[in-house]
Amino acid sequence: MIAASLIERWPEWLSPLLGGLGTSLQLTAAFLVIGLPLGLGFAVMLSAQRRLVRAVAVAAVELGRAVPVLVLLYLVYFGLPEADIRLSAFVSATIAISFSFAAYTSEVFKAGIAAVGSGQREASQALGLTHPQEMRLVVLPQAVRIVIPPILGWVVIFFQATSLAFAIAVPELLNEAYTIGSSTFRFLSVLLLAALLYAAVSIPASLAIDHLDRRRGPLT
Amino acid sequence: MSAVPEYVLRLLPGVQFTLILTFGGFGIGAVLAVPVAAARRSRRRVLRLLAISYVETLRGVPPIAWLFLLYFGLAQVDIRLSSLTAGVLGLGLIAGAYLSEIYRAGLRAVPHGQLDAARAVGLGTARIYRHVIGPQAIVTIVPPAAAFLIGLLKDSAIASLIGVPEVTGLSLRFTQREFEGLAIFTAAGIVYFALSVPLATFARWAGTRLTARLVFG
Repeated sequence: MIAASLIERWPEWLSPLLGGLGTSLQLTAAFLVIGLPLGLGFAVMLSAQRRLVRAVAVAAVELGRAVPVLVLLYLVYFGLPEADIRLSAFVSATIAISFSFAAYTSEVFKAGIAAVGSGQREASQALGLTHPQEMRLVVLPQAVRIVIPPILGWVVIFFQATSLAFAIAVPELLNEAYTIGSSTFRFLSVLLLAALLYAAVSIPASLAIDHLDRRRGPLT
Repeated sequence: MSAVPEYVLRLLPGVQFTLILTFGGFGIGAVLAVPVAAARRSRRRVLRLLAISYVETLRGVPPIAWLFLLYFGLAQVDIRLSSLTAGVLGLGLIAGAYLSEIYRAGLRAVPHGQLDAARAVGLGTARIYRHVIGPQAIVTIVPPAAAFLIGLLKDSAIASLIGVPEVTGLSLRFTQREFEGLAIFTAAGIVYFALSVPLATFARWAGTRLTARLVFG
């Protein structure tokens, strides 16, 4: 009885919730477009030879990792308008999540860069490549392959973090569920459906990443 | 921005809730993770499957969605939790899933020969875990568990969304009244940063103490 009443209105809610999931996925795409290059940039800066460049990167990465994403989100959304920078909720969420994603993944990228054998660097130097050339042509192409599985793991975690955009009223999946819940007072039913949709994306993705990680042979 | 130090002071009443959420959630998770990790290593397939489902489900759904389910969802079936209870419980359930994976990795890092040798000298399972496997596994478990604790400190901010007046929740209240978002949330960032430094030190200290007691005690 209880089970039936829990799911009886799922068919009617599925369409708005799928719309919300669409927005969550758009946020995911947006933080990937900004966050991935930014994270790689931080990593290159962290491995730079100049101290000042390294110091700037360390400060940015520590900030991104020490402060909750939710606080970054509020800082961008409520704080920047005071400096006369007005952004939509979606853009604010994208900026905050991208920054945090970049801070976390920069450590992974950095480890990937360090994992490229020193013989590769020495060979590049022997060939007379400059440091930027060495990075771009030799080190990064190899590092990127090493870091793909752990980076994908972070993507799944931050896909879930897009639910934080609820806090500034971005109409993503959790927000749609909450709206339906507050008008029908059936929070349990609608939140269960939302959880199911999140899980339907996250769980297969995690399993696929595990599989990819295990199957990957030695680099050639 | 000159108001930042003032806001840091005004956010201090929220720190106790942030710490209750963090340590409460971690405590529940640390205990809960023991049977989950044990089930994951069990010879029985059903237990293994249950443990895997628990871990994957908890990790597959965003933390806020769990907090909402406990706080708003359970009210639909007349189970009413306070926002703090729902927050601690939700973070605890999630921590249980993550920590069980950390325990599992730690147990797996102990060579199988240790178990065989302990059996061969006639130790029972409890003593094997207490004196042989545990002390060796704990060394691998403490660093990632400490990192998780610091992550949990920041994740506790989501409890503001169900109304716990912790650091982020207080910040939001101040912002809605005083329109000083930049100063207030900068202050909040400083508070979290200031909390995570002693927490990291404490975790390192506790790790050393625990290791010393288990290995040499």
